[in-house]
Amino acid sequence: MTHPLLSIQGVTKAYPGVVANDTVSFDIQPGEVHALLGENGAGKSTLVKMIYGLVKPDAGRMELHAAPYEPASPHAARNSGIAMVFQHFSLFEALNVAENVALGMEDPPPMATLAERIREVSETYGLPLDPARLVGDLSAGERQRVEIIRCLLQDPNLLIMDEPTSVLTPQEVDILFETLKKLSAEGTAILYISHKLEEIRTLCDAATVLRLGKVVGACNPREKSARELAEMMVGQLLHTPDKGAKETGDVALAVKDLSVASQNPFGTALKDISFEVRRGEVLGIGGVAGNGQDDLLAALSGEMITPAETVRLGHQPVGALGPNDRRRLGILCAPEERLGHAAAPDMSLTENALLTGAIRESLSKNGFLDWARTRGFAETIIEKFDVRTPGPTHAARSLSGGNLQKFVIGREILQRPEVLVVNQPTWGVDAAAAASIRQALLDLATDGAAIIVISQDLDELMEVADRFAALNEGRLSEPRPTQGLTIDEIGLMMGGAHGMEVAHVA
Amino acid sequence: MDLSSINPVLLLAALMVASTPILLAAIGELVAEKAGVLNLGVEGMMIIGAICGFAVAVETGNPYLGYIGAAIGGAALSLIFAFLTQYLLSNQVATGLALTLFGLGFSALIGQSYSGIKPPQINDLNIPLLADIPFVGPVLFQHDIMVYFAILLVAVVAYMLTRTRAGLILRAVGESHDAAHALGYKVVLIRVAAIAFGGACAGLGGAYLSLVRVPQWTEGMTAGAGWIALAIVVFASWKPWRVLLGAYLFGGITVLQLNLQAAGVKIPVEYLSMSPYLITILVLVIMSADRGRASLNAPAALGKSFHAAS
Repeated sequence: MTHPLLSIQGVTKAYPGVVANDTVSFDIQPGEVHALLGENGAGKSTLVKMIYGLVKPDAGRMELHAAPYEPASPHAARNSGIAMVFQHFSLFEALNVAENVALGMEDPPPMATLAERIREVSETYGLPLDPARLVGDLSAGERQRVEIIRCLLQDPNLLIMDEPTSVLTPQEVDILFETLKKLSAEGTAILYISHKLEEIRTLCDAATVLRLGKVVGACNPREKSARELAEMMVGQLLHTPDKGAKETGDVALAVKDLSVASQNPFGTALKDISFEVRRGEVLGIGGVAGNGQDDLLAALSGEMITPAETVRLGHQPVGALGPNDRRRLGILCAPEERLGHAAAPDMSLTENALLTGAIRESLSKNGFLDWARTRGFAETIIEKFDVRTPGPTHAARSLSGGNLQKFVIGREILQRPEVLVVNQPTWGVDAAAAASIRQALLDLATDGAAIIVISQDLDELMEVADRFAALNEGRLSEPRPTQGLTIDEIGLMMGGAHGMEVAHVA
Repeated sequence: MDLSSINPVLLLAALMVASTPILLAAIGELVAEKAGVLNLGVEGMMIIGAICGFAVAVETGNPYLGYIGAAIGGAALSLIFAFLTQYLLSNQVATGLALTLFGLGFSALIGQSYSGIKPPQINDLNIPLLADIPFVGPVLFQHDIMVYFAILLVAVVAYMLTRTRAGLILRAVGESHDAAHALGYKVVLIRVAAIAFGGACAGLGGAYLSLVRVPQWTEGMTAGAGWIALAIVVFASWKPWRVLLGAYLFGGITVLQLNLQAAGVKIPVEYLSMSPYLITILVLVIMSADRGRASLNAPAALGKSFHAAS
């Protein structure tokens, strides 16, 4: 039998207070598409960082082509034929495509030659790209192409892909898979990291499942059902949120002809957005990141002021009101970025509870703060939403992503909103916490609030939303009932494949 | 008032000399900022350069050794800043301000015995043939070597930043240190190097003040030139050739107001001496008013501390 391409033997890495990887072992064969499966915090990222030379293991060894492999830096890893596409893109917005590619290569050819090669490779693999464009102007799907092409130009033996599909439309995912299958047919092994089970079942030849830093199973994903894989990954049975039957009431929030330029130079302007949400209804807004989600949230929360008539709460125009005035009226928001936008990282949970709750919970009087009441409010959030923390005096930064997210969402829900807008409510949150957040949103809707969920996770939207609309380049599609909506239709609403084509087979 | 007493040839020639210190300091700061480091200690590094250069030149009798000493002095002071901000992760704004205050005080201490001394002189180059061209000759080709060195430095920096891999990596570090780190670039080391370069350039600028432009040593003689250099980097939207333009514009106004004073214009002297600073403020306001694409040139990671999260 031939040697495996990469063999990982008993690799261990510990950080203060947590063992990220505990004697992890598995092999990757040449040309194989190998899935690394696990929840957030299972240790997937630490493991690939070790393979890519960003982190050194405490114990254990790795072998590449049966020879010891100890990369001291990403340069060493790249020289050994290992390339990586990052989850959070490692791209530079103010530089152009060719410069970004050059930065990820060991010895890039002169710029003119490089641009030529980028065109060549991008056409061979059906990933069209203009080398002279600024990366900041590209869509998420196009940015990923930049990363993939950067890797392909180095003819890697092993391509590591960290959650590559989280930013793509379903059509773009299909095209990516065509590209990956072509690569694997050419003999490039792919280490594919994801927690999306259906994808892994379609694409991968082998899977290693990680839980809390340990390998808990290895299997051929094609022979397992998604449910079996999920149970291996989570280690327990998952409870799916149930949508109670409910009546929808009057229109709670109406947005009409909202057009506004973005506050951020690389942002997307909102164009002619109109929609209504009724009491008791959940409106899901999908779309690939960077199509105006942040700006839409800012326009709804009052961070961005628009003409009064464009946003109405019931019959009252609120477009010209700031965030505090809108909170007083009952429009509450939980933005995507937990640390720095939804919560102040270095302030305690009590202080963070005060920041958005002061008005509706009457936590201040005549300019003086009522700390006892505020602490009580924070404790209620912690208790009702099962936030795991030693107490409300701890800084927001000290909470894990999932716990902080529960706190942030709980803080808004407990203020009894008329309209709640959440952006990416379960991003980077483990499956159990995500399920409880979704359930809380559904319960709030059952109680008669109108809810807008902006998310890039289509499965989540299908699970919680009554109607679905997609943002594409700042425009919102006509909302449609989620029942009976197919993945293809959703993909088209999201803007289809953004000019991609299926790989030309060379 | 007699405006005809202003000689345009002398005015323009003086402009090039007056601009050189801020040009040197600004081009150094530009490189540091392109790497994502906001060093507000330019004023402090300049004055340290001024006294180090002056002291070395006086002690050795060789002005060129003075410049080398100034560059070393400025770089040494900037390395304190580098250590504090890059390794101890202190706040760049506060550390930079502290550096300026420290530089002003420390230079006064070193300089106590150097007041009232004349430094060794540097001869103008008088480039043969070119210097004899009427008008253009005295304006462009009869200066000392540092004037040309400063312009050459701008050209080299411009070329390095846009055309070479080293420059690309430097810009990448200033754009997103996390992405640069993920690709395996040594963010801290690159930033320390950029800070040291900025310090050396500021030191040279300071020495030019004490050795050529004034030429003698007085406490606090930089008189805000370092702050102007910082403003010019923003004015230039982080582009090297625009730094040259900005420095000449500022130098021009400085020289012009001196000439107007001499010509006896009936405006209080105070207004004239504040004019370069007023114009700097005005230009910055106009530049910042357009928050669109112009601000894109600003390095995205400017002023942010980098700590390699594992």
